[in-house]
Amino acid sequence: MIYLTRRAEFSASHYYHSPALSSEENRRLYGKCNNPHGHGHNYVLEVTVRGQVDVRSGMVVDLKQLKEVLHLEVLDVLDHRFLNEEVPVFRHLIPTTENLAVEIWRMLESKLAFCTLDRIRLYETPDLYVDYFGPDGARRGSKAIGG
Amino acid sequence: MIREDVVHLTRRYWFSASHRLHNPVLSEAENYTLYGKCNNPGGHGHNYYLELTVAGPIDPRTGMVLDLGELDAFVQARILERFDQTNLNDQANFESVAPTTENLCMEIHRSVCEDWAALGWAKSAHLERVRLEETSSNFFEVYGHAAQFAERPVRS
Repeated sequence: MIYLTRRAEFSASHYYHSPALSSEENRRLYGKCNNPHGHGHNYVLEVTVRGQVDVRSGMVVDLKQLKEVLHLEVLDVLDHRFLNEEVPVFRHLIPTTENLAVEIWRMLESKLAFCTLDRIRLYETPDLYVDYFGPDGARRGSKAIGG
Repeated sequence: MIREDVVHLTRRYWFSASHRLHNPVLSEAENYTLYGKCNNPGGHGHNYYLELTVAGPIDPRTGMVLDLGELDAFVQARILERFDQTNLNDQANFESVAPTTENLCMEIHRSVCEDWAALGWAKSAHLERVRLEETSSNFFEVYGHAAQFAERPVRS
């Protein structure tokens, strides 16, 4: 088994506001991220796929094909967008880095029939990132003892 | 929308500290052979980069695994204020063990675990990993759940 990671960047804006919370709670929990006019990030996305090395090609995946899917399904949808208003799923889902990582997995998984998606890593800033290993992969990335 | 998805969130911090690696049970020559330049009597310093990884389900109410402001305040109070701009050899826990980055990483893990239960989301999210970078070439990681380490004896 070998793992291949492709990195891509996109820039998008968002703001955090939960209808389940009061205005005061929203301000306290999200701080400056609650500004309704939004703010933006240069997101860095890492898509990891896994598989066996193909004997004929010496590769685990056709990187050109992976890159095309990544552009079509993710970057074209998210890059230079106001996530709350321009990406339909975030009309009813708070576009936190956590939710965004899960949504990117969903955008990609069904389109990656030619390989196996292993991990989505999404950096909101160099100091904050989220890993998602898929709906059945809660423990996959974990090296924790027991659990 | 109900979200049961578990994600791993990693937050990165940094602090600056000095140390001298020296084990009093060894001779001067043995210490120098073992630790090399790190045994310099005057000490030396590093910018340490610390990463905490927390794993848990996304709270559908907030869209988040945890309250990042609470985590930042917790790390600031427990770790950064304790170690930043200090000489690690002055710390009580490093009186009998050398302040290597391995031992520092273990101590940070222990300290975070000790008060983990006080965090508002401690019941749903657990500490997955502590990673400590001494330089861009060396880093150390400790994995484990807070609850499983809560009973661990405090390093003396």
